[in-house]
Amino acid sequence: MRGATHAKWAACAASVALVATACGGGGSGSDSSAVLSASWGDPQNPLEPANTNEVQGGKVLDMIFRGLKRYDPETGEAQNMLADSIDTSDSQTFTIKVKDGWTFSDGEKVTAKSFVDAWNYGASLKNNQKNAYFFGYIQGYDQVHPEDGSAQTADTLSGLTVVDDMTFTVKLTQKFSTFPDTLGYVAFAPLPQSFFDDHSAWLSKPIGNGPYTIQSYSKGSQMQLTKWDGYPGDDKAQNGGVTLKVYTDNNTAYTDLLAGNLDLVDDIPASQLKNVQNDLGDRYLNTPAGIIQTLAFPFYDKDWDTAGAQKVRTGMSMAINRQQITDTIFQKTRTPASDWTSPVLGKDGGFQDGLCGDACTYNPSEAKKLIEEGGGLPNGQIKISYNADTGSHKQWVDAVCNSINNALGNNKACVGNPIGTFADFRNQIGDQKMTGPFRAGWQMDYPLIQNFLQPLYYTNASSNDGKWSNQQFDKLVDQANAETDTSKAVQTFQQAEEVVRDNMAAIPLWYQNGSAGFSERLSNVKLNPFSVPVYNEIKVG
Amino acid sequence: MGRYVVRRLLQMIPVFIGATLLIFLMVNVMGDPIAGLCGDRQCDPATAAQLKKEFGLDKPVWQQYVTYMGNVFTGDFGTAFNGQPVTELMASAFPVTIRLTIVAILFEIVIGITLGVVTGLHRGRPVDTGVLLATLVVISVPTFVTGLLLQLLLGVQWGWIKPSVSPEAPFNELIVPGLVLASVSLAYVTRLTRTSIAENKRADYVRTAVAKGLPRHRVVTRHLLRNSLIPVVTFIGTDIGALMGGAIVTERIFNIHGVGYQLYQGILRQNTQTVVGFVTVLVLVFLVANLLVDLLYAVLDPRIRYA
Repeated sequence: MRGATHAKWAACAASVALVATACGGGGSGSDSSAVLSASWGDPQNPLEPANTNEVQGGKVLDMIFRGLKRYDPETGEAQNMLADSIDTSDSQTFTIKVKDGWTFSDGEKVTAKSFVDAWNYGASLKNNQKNAYFFGYIQGYDQVHPEDGSAQTADTLSGLTVVDDMTFTVKLTQKFSTFPDTLGYVAFAPLPQSFFDDHSAWLSKPIGNGPYTIQSYSKGSQMQLTKWDGYPGDDKAQNGGVTLKVYTDNNTAYTDLLAGNLDLVDDIPASQLKNVQNDLGDRYLNTPAGIIQTLAFPFYDKDWDTAGAQKVRTGMSMAINRQQITDTIFQKTRTPASDWTSPVLGKDGGFQDGLCGDACTYNPSEAKKLIEEGGGLPNGQIKISYNADTGSHKQWVDAVCNSINNALGNNKACVGNPIGTFADFRNQIGDQKMTGPFRAGWQMDYPLIQNFLQPLYYTNASSNDGKWSNQQFDKLVDQANAETDTSKAVQTFQQAEEVVRDNMAAIPLWYQNGSAGFSERLSNVKLNPFSVPVYNEIKVG
Repeated sequence: MGRYVVRRLLQMIPVFIGATLLIFLMVNVMGDPIAGLCGDRQCDPATAAQLKKEFGLDKPVWQQYVTYMGNVFTGDFGTAFNGQPVTELMASAFPVTIRLTIVAILFEIVIGITLGVVTGLHRGRPVDTGVLLATLVVISVPTFVTGLLLQLLLGVQWGWIKPSVSPEAPFNELIVPGLVLASVSLAYVTRLTRTSIAENKRADYVRTAVAKGLPRHRVVTRHLLRNSLIPVVTFIGTDIGALMGGAIVTERIFNIHGVGYQLYQGILRQNTQTVVGFVTVLVLVFLVANLLVDLLYAVLDPRIRYA
């Protein structure tokens, strides 16, 4: 921080000669060279674009990388970033032109090859990239990433072709009209040659093409990012840099914020939600994020795959008092869900408030009637499974059960079923060992209605944990993907969503908000739809 | 003496193997860790299989253990899931925790023994009652309460310290965390010393020393204290191991990136390599500290001899 203070004085001294600006912080004058500190968690995986699937690593990649598209921090709309144009005539083959003038921070030019190499690396099985399935739509994926884990027969995706320095084509295995809009996801970022030449050196200090460069990185404790002065984009950093500090406990981060030892906390601990308004006032952010929490069902279990079970599921949904739970347990950091997407999509993007209708409205008497009509709860009792190690899920599961029990007038109708660790919870889901409803959370990868439906409910989709399968739904999704007109595609997806509703494939619970608190030094702090702070727009001073 | 040490060192081998095996099995019982790496979704099966192969998780447990132990003897403690070698994690975590432990032990020795001597010599006086009451309070309040309270008071309300410790964790930032970590043990040390001193005060050799006309401070430090320290040294010795491994709560509160932090993260992510590696080193520390304590007995009490 000492360096930062010096820089601040130097900047002031220089500006005094020109204009008498307000120096010394506070008020109007913001200091574009000042560095802010922000809370961070230790990334779970190595910091490679195609290997980062959680928000902590995503934060860094969002600062040091820019892809073909970028999602507008406010509206979530996909806008061209490095892409000059993405053209298609049949929604299956896309010609992508990369903008001239972009370089990585080490001076290397960003070309079509930077993208093609990066995507091939991400898709290839031998590189163990956890986001590999994002390349699954591209032709040749089954050769570089055989589903059954057998030896791969190719190293590169046959669907990717470099046409010239700045142009490449992508051929997909199926029609997918909104494919260009998925390209803002970090897995599609370009990679410099140094990534391939000296991989371990790159990992210890990643180099990208974003508004920040990594100055130092001590794994597990902190990372210093500085503004890259040569950044060619329009979204240049408005501050001198960001120091990310790893906190084991978000309570400590919050205490540090109150003590003035930290500038930005992007995860307010649940226990502090009651005080946060008093402590921070308007320096507390609580904005919608692309996260929805649902209860999923094991459709591989014959108890849940009957005709009557649909009525039971709808009944359960109507027995949950969402408003009360979000108000009391979550202190309004969640909003009762009334569809299966997220408000961040916006109306044009496919979010439809109230699509669930009566089925998601609290109505205990109707709920009881429906459950009885459906043949009652399977075996007379349901157990809601959740992982007990993180995220304080116990509280809301107990509340949901309580709500269902009250509606049915039976104290034992619903109980929570805690599972010790997250890994074990995921294992039991993967091994199809669930016997009743289980917690399912979905954080979007990109702000498209497709991302809220296809991965979760399409037959055998990657995150269809309950193994729900419905021909009509699949047909509508295929149709929507093939639709070239965006608004028509969205409409068709909504029809597919109605199929989910009519079968109550999963019970929508609530939309999750992102929360953050910041110090008096900062202004213009925002959270993007992925609940990540928009670091480059933050002003210090 | 030499033979005794060798025998004790040999005894460590079975303890070491048994302890690591137990921990290895316990972490394994928690299930397949790979499933937790892909967030709220299914890992794609091919990648999951590939990762399992890379971390050796596709082999039977006994084979994993044998491979692991073989690697440990060549100094390779494996790799954490984020791609960092465990030895690298140790190199960053242990110095921090050792510093924290030193601060805590110093507090125990300086404050604990001093208070113990004062109260032991003035048994039944107001100072004795006062200190006894204070230790009772400290023992009965859990560490995380003391920690959070001190953090809030000193860090936020009065602004004397920073609420969290910087990654470099220099000694001056570790004073308050060290005090918190030491607090309960400190109270025990006080009570142990007090009882021991009060008992030995009436011993014959003390009376002899007084009768010889030795000055009071010499009687206390050379005769009374030296003999009374045996139970205290035993306690502090075993406490070194407990403090190093048991600092999870304190390290979390003050955001210290030490052994407790790495262990916590390792357990949460079911990272066998990290957990077993760190615990193995902790077991060694514990064994060595115990040996040192036993050897110290001979220094403190001339009647004890090892052959």
